[in-house]
Amino acid sequence: MTGPGAGLPGGEPGPAAVRHPGPRDAPARHGAAPRILRVCGPLVEMECPASVAMHDLVSLGAAGLPGEVVAVHGGTGTVQAYEYTGGLAPGQPAEPLGRPLSVALGPGLLGGVFDGLLRSLSGVGDLLLPGAGGVAPDGRTWRFAPRVAEGARVAAGDVLGEIGARVPLSLLVPPGRAGTVTAVAAPGEYRADAVLAEVAGCAVRMTQDWPVRRPRPAAGRLPADQPLHTGQRAVDLLFPVARGGTVAVPGGFGTGKTMLLQQIAKWCDADVIVYVGCGERGNEMADVIEELSELADPRTGGRLSERTVTIANTSNMPMMAREASVYTGATVAEYFRDMGLDVVVIADSTSRWAEALREFASRMGELPAEEGYPAGLASRLAAFYERAGPVRTLGGARGSVTVIGAVSPPGGDRTEPVTAHTERFVRCLWSLDRDLAYARHYPAVSWVDSFSRDASALAAAHALAGDPGWAGRRARVAGLLAEADRLADLVELVGVTALPPRERISVLAGRLLREAVVQQSALSPADAYSAPGKTTALVEAALQVIDRCLELVDGGTGADAVEAVDFTPLLRAREAAGPAGTAAVDRARDTVLDRLGRTA
Amino acid sequence: MSGAADVEYTGVRELRGPLVVVEGVSGVGWDEFATISVGPGERRHGLVLEVDRDLAVVQVLEDTAGMDRTRTRVAFSGAPLRVPVGTGWLGRVCDGRGEPADGGPPVLGDTDAAVGGAPINPVRREPPNEPVLTGVAAVDVLTTLVRGQKLPVFSAAGLPHLELAVQIAAQAACAGEPFAVVFAGMGLTHADAAFVRTALAGRSAARDLVLLVNTADDPVIERLLTPRIALTVAEHLAFAQGRHVLVVMTDMTAYAEALREVSAARGETPARRAYPGYLYSDLASLYERCGRIRGRPGSVTVLPVLTMPAGDITHPVPDLTGYITEGQIVLSAEAHAAGAYPPVDPLASLSRLMRRGAGAGRTRADHPDVAAQLIAALARSRQVRELADLIGRPALSPTDLRHLDLADVFRERFLAQGATENRSLDESLDRAWEVLLTLPRSQLGMLPARLLDARRPPSADGTDRAGTP
Repeated sequence: MTGPGAGLPGGEPGPAAVRHPGPRDAPARHGAAPRILRVCGPLVEMECPASVAMHDLVSLGAAGLPGEVVAVHGGTGTVQAYEYTGGLAPGQPAEPLGRPLSVALGPGLLGGVFDGLLRSLSGVGDLLLPGAGGVAPDGRTWRFAPRVAEGARVAAGDVLGEIGARVPLSLLVPPGRAGTVTAVAAPGEYRADAVLAEVAGCAVRMTQDWPVRRPRPAAGRLPADQPLHTGQRAVDLLFPVARGGTVAVPGGFGTGKTMLLQQIAKWCDADVIVYVGCGERGNEMADVIEELSELADPRTGGRLSERTVTIANTSNMPMMAREASVYTGATVAEYFRDMGLDVVVIADSTSRWAEALREFASRMGELPAEEGYPAGLASRLAAFYERAGPVRTLGGARGSVTVIGAVSPPGGDRTEPVTAHTERFVRCLWSLDRDLAYARHYPAVSWVDSFSRDASALAAAHALAGDPGWAGRRARVAGLLAEADRLADLVELVGVTALPPRERISVLAGRLLREAVVQQSALSPADAYSAPGKTTALVEAALQVIDRCLELVDGGTGADAVEAVDFTPLLRAREAAGPAGTAAVDRARDTVLDRLGRTA
Repeated sequence: MSGAADVEYTGVRELRGPLVVVEGVSGVGWDEFATISVGPGERRHGLVLEVDRDLAVVQVLEDTAGMDRTRTRVAFSGAPLRVPVGTGWLGRVCDGRGEPADGGPPVLGDTDAAVGGAPINPVRREPPNEPVLTGVAAVDVLTTLVRGQKLPVFSAAGLPHLELAVQIAAQAACAGEPFAVVFAGMGLTHADAAFVRTALAGRSAARDLVLLVNTADDPVIERLLTPRIALTVAEHLAFAQGRHVLVVMTDMTAYAEALREVSAARGETPARRAYPGYLYSDLASLYERCGRIRGRPGSVTVLPVLTMPAGDITHPVPDLTGYITEGQIVLSAEAHAAGAYPPVDPLASLSRLMRRGAGAGRTRADHPDVAAQLIAALARSRQVRELADLIGRPALSPTDLRHLDLADVFRERFLAQGATENRSLDESLDRAWEVLLTLPRSQLGMLPARLLDARRPPSADGTDRAGTP
C-alpha cells in the first residue's frame, strides 16, 4: 500500500461517490441519442429504444438532468425528472444510462446531509441549481482492518473487515457474491472509493452502489420482540415500538409532530438514525442539522450527528426527488442493518411523499382514486413500511430497520386516504391530539387514538429482562387515564364535587399521571430524555400515591382533604431528577406520601 | 437559449380559458416565457405549461379575451421568465406583472434573475434568531416575527387584516440595520389598493418599499406571477445587497384561486375543494423562499395574509399554509366585534421561532417569561369565562374573578392600539407587565422571583392583593 486511499493495485479508479448523471460524468453521446418528445413539469416523454428497461435512469437535455423511466408505451417512454425542467424542449437528447437509480453506500454517509437522490449537500453552494448536483470527491479516509485472509472462502454478507467510524462498521461481501478471497487490503487508512478486497476476482470497494427501489436481501425475518427505547415516556410506557417495528405519527399542524420525531432522532437507543426530511420546512432542517451537531451522544461520547444520516428534501426542492427520498432512506438504513446494526428511519412527512405520487399520477393521466391519489397508493405505502423489520442478515447477525413516518392529514381529517391507509399497515400509531397540544400538553400523544400492536411481545421481553411488572403498570396507567377521561365529561356538567369520593380520586389520578408522567418537556435538559429506570420510577411513584389516596378515601378521609394536598413535588420530580435519576423521584414520592399520611 | 426568440408562431390551434395552444413550434422549452401579440400594438404575456412535440400550451397572464386564431402571434423567449433586480425597484409602484403603475419608466436593474428562484441549500441555511420589530404589541410580544421566518396572518372576511398588514409594512424595522419592504397585493379592490398606496407613501418616498399591486379586476392569472416577482426582487435585496427584507403577500386566498382556475382549465385531477394536488408544493415554492444564508448579512422574512373562506381554518389554503409556515397570527371576529384593533387571538396565534428570536440580547431579557405567563394567564381567563357562563359570576372564587377581568384589561391596555401607532418594544412589554400585575403574585408562577421583585417588591403591597381584597 502506498498511501491513504490507494486501495488494492489493479482496481480501476472509480468515481468518488454517487454515480449520477451530471454535467461532469455524462456519458459520451452516440450519434442517434433518443429525443425528448414532450415536457410537462417533471413529466418528460422520450423516444424509447427497445433496450430501455423500467426504472432505468435517463440523462435529460444538455444539462444532463436525472430522470427515471416509469412507463414504456410502444416507442415512447415516460420519464419522471428529478430536477426542475425549465427550458427542456422536445428535440433535445435523452440518454438512457442502462442502470436503475442507485446510491453509493459507504461510511461517508454518517454525519452527512444529502438530497433525495443521496447527493451530498455540503459544498454545493448556497442555492440549488438544476444540473449542478455534481459530486465533490470525498477526501476523507477511514481505518480498515481486514478480518479474512487471502484464500478464505466467503459468502454474501460475510465480514471481510472492519471500518473504523464513530459507529463501528463492517465491510461485507456484497449480496450475490461468493467465492475465494483473492486479495485483501492491508490494515490502513483508505478513501471511500478504495478497493479493499477481491472476492472471486471481483473488486469490493469501501463504497458500494445499490438500486434504491430494490430492498437489500437478508437471510430471513425475525420476530419483532426487542423494545426500542425512545426516551419518551408517553411512547415507551403506553405505545412501545419494537426494534424493526413500524410507526405512523399522524397530527395536524402545530401538534408537535416534528418536535416528537426530532426527540426520537436524538435520544432513541438505535445505532444509526436516518432522518428523511421529506417535503418539510427548510429552517426546520437547518435547526435539526445544527442541533444534532451540537448534542453529545450519551453512548459513544461523540456528536449525535455522527450516528445520523440526514436526507433533506425540503418542500421547495424538486418534488419527484421527494418521491425517491423515502426509498433512498430505506436503502441507506438497510445498508447499516446488514452489518448487524439497529437503524431507525424517520420520514417527515409521508403525506408529502404521497402528494408527489399524486402529482405525477395526475400528469400521467392515471385514473384517480380517493381524493385524486393514484389507486396504487395503499400498496405503495404498505410496500414502503415493509422495508422495516428485524432480520437475520446474510452474514448471520441480527439487525433491524424501524420506520417512523409522520402523516400530515389535511384539515386534521383522519379519514383522508394517506392517514386511513397508513393506519392499516403499521404496528404502532402515535396519534397527536390537537386539544392536548393546545393545552400545551407535550408530547401530545393521544392515549385514546393511539395503539401499539407489539405491546404484548414487548411485555414478554421486559419480563425476560427482569421487569415482570411492565405489562401491569402499562395496563394500570392506561386504565386510569381512560377512566379520568370518561369522568372529565361528567365533571364538566355537574362539577367535581358532585362525584363520589373514589371517582374524585380517579379524576385526581388522571391529572397526576398526565402531569407527572406522560408529559415531557423537550426543551428541558433534565426531562428531554427519560431513561427506562426513571420512567419506571415515575410511574411507580404516581401509582403508589394514587393507591394511597384511594386507601384514604376508602378509610373515610374526605376527598376534599386529599385533593387539597400539595402534590407539587411529584409533579416536579421529572424535572428535579436528571435524565436517568431515580433517587429524586423516590424522595418526591416519599414527601407526598408523608403529606397524605397527615390527612388521615 | 434556442434562438427561438426571433420566431413568431401563428399556428394557434386552440383557445380555452386562460390557455392558448400553439402548433408547429420547435425548440420551445417548458416554463419558457412567451410574448403574444394580439392585433396591432397589443402585447400580452404567457408561460409555457406544456410542450408536446410541436405543440405548446401557453398560459396567458392577461386572459385570452379578444384573441383569435388568425391575428394572434406567439414568440418564445427561449428561457423561463427573468426580471431585472436591484435597488431600482425601491420606491416604485408597479402592477402585478412588474410594469410601472406610478407613471415612471420601466424598472431596470444591473442584473436579472429567474422569477422561479432556486431552493436555498438546507445545509447553507442559518437558523433564524433575531427579531423584526413591527411596533404592533400583540405581534412583537406574543408572536415575535423572526428574521428569515414565514409567519402568516389568518383572517376572515370583514376583519382588518389589510390594515394590520399595512401597519406592519409601514412600521417594521430591524434595529437600524438596512431594511426594505416588498408588498405584493393580489386581488385587491381599488379602494384597498388606494389605501395601501396612501398608507405606505412615506415608506415609498424613503425608498425602502417596493409595491406590486394586482387589483381584483386585473387579470387573474397575473396573480400567479406577482408573489414570484416580489420574492425575486426581495432575494436580491437581501442576499446580494445585505438588507433585511420583509415580504408582505396579500391575499394568498386570491392567489390560490388563480392557481385553481388554471388547473381547472387544463383539466387536471382536482384534490381537496377542487384545488390542484400540487397546491402544497406551489405554496411552499413561495413561502420557502424566506430565510437566511450562512455568511450573508441579509434576510428574507415572509408575511403572507390570507382570508379563510367562511372562517374555516381547515380550508385547504390556511391548512396547507399552516403546514408550511412557522406559526400563524390568527385574527378573531370576536375581538373585532369587541372593538379591539388589531383583533389578534393570542391563544390561537403562535410564532414557532420566537424561542430563538426573543430574550436577552435579542429583544429584552424578561420577554420570553412575560410572553409565556401572559399566554398562560389568558388561557386560564378563557376557561374562567366559560365557567362563569355556566355557573354564574357570583359563584367564582376571588382568584377566578381576577382572571375573568384579565381578558378585558388585556384587550384595553395591551392589545388595542392605533392603526398608525408605532409602539416601542419596551412600552409593549411594560404594558404586558401592567396586565399581569393585576393578578396576585401567587398566580404568576412562570415569572422568576427576581423579575417580580423588581416590578412589585413584596413589601410594597404588603399582603399581596391576592385572596382578600
